[in-house]
Amino acid sequence: MADQKDIERTGTEAGKPRDWAGALGSGATPSAAGAGHGFMGSSLYEKGKTVHNKRIDGPFRRFKWLVMVVTLAIYYITPWIRWDRGPYAPDQAVLVDLAHRRFYMFDIEIWPHEFYFVAGMLIMAGIGLFLVTSAVGRAWCGYACPQTVWTDLFQHVDRLIDGDRNARMRLDKAPWTASKIARRTAKWAIYLTIAFWTGGAWIMYFADAPTLTVNFWAGQAAPVAYATVAILTGTTFWLGGFMREQVCIYMCPWPRIQTAMLDEKSLIVTYKDWRGEQRGSLKKAAKDPEAYGDCIDCLQCVAVCPTGVDIREGQQIGCITCGLCIDACDKVMKEVGRPRGLIDYATLEQCEAEAAGAPATPAWKALLRPRVFVYFGVWGAIGAALLFALGTRTHTDLTVSPDRNPPFMLLKDGSVRNAYTLRLRNMEARPRDMEVALTGLPAGAVMWTEAVSLENAAPTQVIKVPANETKVVRAYVMLPPGERGDSFAFRLTSLDEQGEQDVAETTFAMPGSK
Amino acid sequence: MANKRIDQPTGTETVGHEWDGIEELNTPLPRWWLWTFYATIAWALVYVVLYPAWPLIDKATDGTLGWSSRGQLAKEMSAADAAREGVVRQIAATDIEQLAASPELMGQAIAGGAAAFKVNCVQCHGAGAAGSPGYPNLNDDDWIWGGTLSEIEYTITHGIRWEGDDATRANYMPAFQGMFDAGQVNALAGHVLSLSGKAKPNAAGANLFAENCAACHGPAGGGMPEMGAPALNDAIWLFGGTEAEVKKQILNPRHGVMPAWNERLDPVTIKMLAAYVHSRGGGQEAAPAATETPAPTDVAQAAKAENDG
Repeated sequence: MADQKDIERTGTEAGKPRDWAGALGSGATPSAAGAGHGFMGSSLYEKGKTVHNKRIDGPFRRFKWLVMVVTLAIYYITPWIRWDRGPYAPDQAVLVDLAHRRFYMFDIEIWPHEFYFVAGMLIMAGIGLFLVTSAVGRAWCGYACPQTVWTDLFQHVDRLIDGDRNARMRLDKAPWTASKIARRTAKWAIYLTIAFWTGGAWIMYFADAPTLTVNFWAGQAAPVAYATVAILTGTTFWLGGFMREQVCIYMCPWPRIQTAMLDEKSLIVTYKDWRGEQRGSLKKAAKDPEAYGDCIDCLQCVAVCPTGVDIREGQQIGCITCGLCIDACDKVMKEVGRPRGLIDYATLEQCEAEAAGAPATPAWKALLRPRVFVYFGVWGAIGAALLFALGTRTHTDLTVSPDRNPPFMLLKDGSVRNAYTLRLRNMEARPRDMEVALTGLPAGAVMWTEAVSLENAAPTQVIKVPANETKVVRAYVMLPPGERGDSFAFRLTSLDEQGEQDVAETTFAMPGSK
Repeated sequence: MANKRIDQPTGTETVGHEWDGIEELNTPLPRWWLWTFYATIAWALVYVVLYPAWPLIDKATDGTLGWSSRGQLAKEMSAADAAREGVVRQIAATDIEQLAASPELMGQAIAGGAAAFKVNCVQCHGAGAAGSPGYPNLNDDDWIWGGTLSEIEYTITHGIRWEGDDATRANYMPAFQGMFDAGQVNALAGHVLSLSGKAKPNAAGANLFAENCAACHGPAGGGMPEMGAPALNDAIWLFGGTEAEVKKQILNPRHGVMPAWNERLDPVTIKMLAAYVHSRGGGQEAAPAATETPAPTDVAQAAKAENDG
């Protein structure tokens, strides 16, 4: 066993610029390793630590408020927007109707066979993350990620019930008195309420919201609805209320992927050490102005950080680039009469140039890089392709599959009959008459379905297709004796002002044909 | 052994091991991670108690919940039976010729029949019900014993030439081996083929036919479904329509046999099978009923079941 104190001393000296444990947001130094689960005298596991971030106001905080309000509003309110689609389709603006396999989004209705729209949107979301990362770094993590938004919300609840940073830290250490129990109960009750609302809002996307709400409270909703609410309530309560930054640091794959995407041209939150170092309090700096930089070591940047990192240690996985430390530092710099931007959004390249004496570059210049344009081009191309496909799609479709067993049927009088399964798709929210005609078969070829019977066989048939449905019809086509058929097509025409058409090629099998 | 030191570049303590110069940094995991690990162990212990887990010689430990995949299947099967019960009872209570009056019930019957067909009938009649020489095609419009729903139901119920069933459909065409000489057989076969325009008519054959065959097959060879005499004047031949095959059948007729399915299947399944066979495209309407054109039928299920095959 080495001398613990010895290690401690060495640790503090050597662990200056890149303290990995600190980089992970834990702040635990080897010496802080406590008892229990000892491995050769040190601990392999560190105790959980709650981040009590201090209230701060500033442009980035206000932007965070705005994003929070907008994203939460979208999440909670969207399912309640009504959208009139006539009597044959639901009137919920955004609805994922799994039971009927339809996805409604305002005026757009996606059918299962058009799942490529959903796939395209998912690809756009993925590339969108790349685009955002290359343009503005970890802005998603800092502002829009649900984990960030809900963590922020829960931290505000902490502040509301227990007070600001110092009060909360005191309360954490305080013994379990009646007042502490009351506060904790109140806080967790609010957590639970928010969590329940979060889970409750989720299921509204999958069924008619008002009906589901009534059924839910009447105990008549589907078991999967209760299970989903329970799971999402639990995860929101646990991940938002307790795990918080641990999710970003240990659970989420995105920060890890981002570490491979960020480079010296990426926008990150930086501490300008060339300007800040040597850190020192105002008192020290007053004595020897030449020896000290702008950083007065007030630790406000650490106090306001929602993930508890020290940004002055440089880029690190715990930093979600939310900019609250910028707000805090700017406020302090203003108070002590020094220029703002000691901590600021910048790229490493800009920092290096600035350190070398170049004038400060506005952060938005980080946007103008080829990678951003490439990602934007790909993202935009997919979006344009999806819009084009959406604009030009027809609302009718016909697919035909001929019976393969038996491929043809010889009838008593020598005529030959083939059977086909027709699928007539009507994507309009109203019933439509559709005409199906045979094209390319010799004269005398007739068609009938089980609905019209052989006596009414004719070269064309009109089939009623219900609103919003694919009608499956078994159709028979018959050639009189002596005639031969080969390739031909069914032509579908909607008998309304749209007159949409579709043609399905198929073959007519005969004795002796291949 | 505990040769702990601080790694200079990272400022992190090592765990103290050293393997050929390779050391490991002590980067502590969060404690909650450890609790997650313990939770999975606890979960596993509970699972081992509740569910089948430890393999024994011929089975596994039962688990206190008594769950088994076989038991779950049985439960799901009986749940499916229970769900079908209403429809089954309805079909049982409906006369088969009245089934078509309810398109929905007919659709259910056809779907059920399609499933039963795959289990019981495809061995002889083929997956597409197209048959093969000696095994009738059920898709066409030629019916030896009649093609209305009730006639098909009767045929399935009692079988054909099935010894165990007194009500079975049976007939036997006599073997003309030794009764005709070669010229007569040629003439008769020629006449039979001429009925459907496959050969030139000949007087000798026509005479032989009138004397020996017309009693059952009809003077013009139109057949007689009441006694199962096939029509000879159409394009469909159960045992083949070449001259050699026709001659073979005259001299030494073969007689197909079908089991009486009431020995194995319940009446509702038989009714559904009849509906399915009838729906294959050649089904005939019952003569006196003169039902109006059946209402549009939702054939989705039937079509789907067929496509499965």
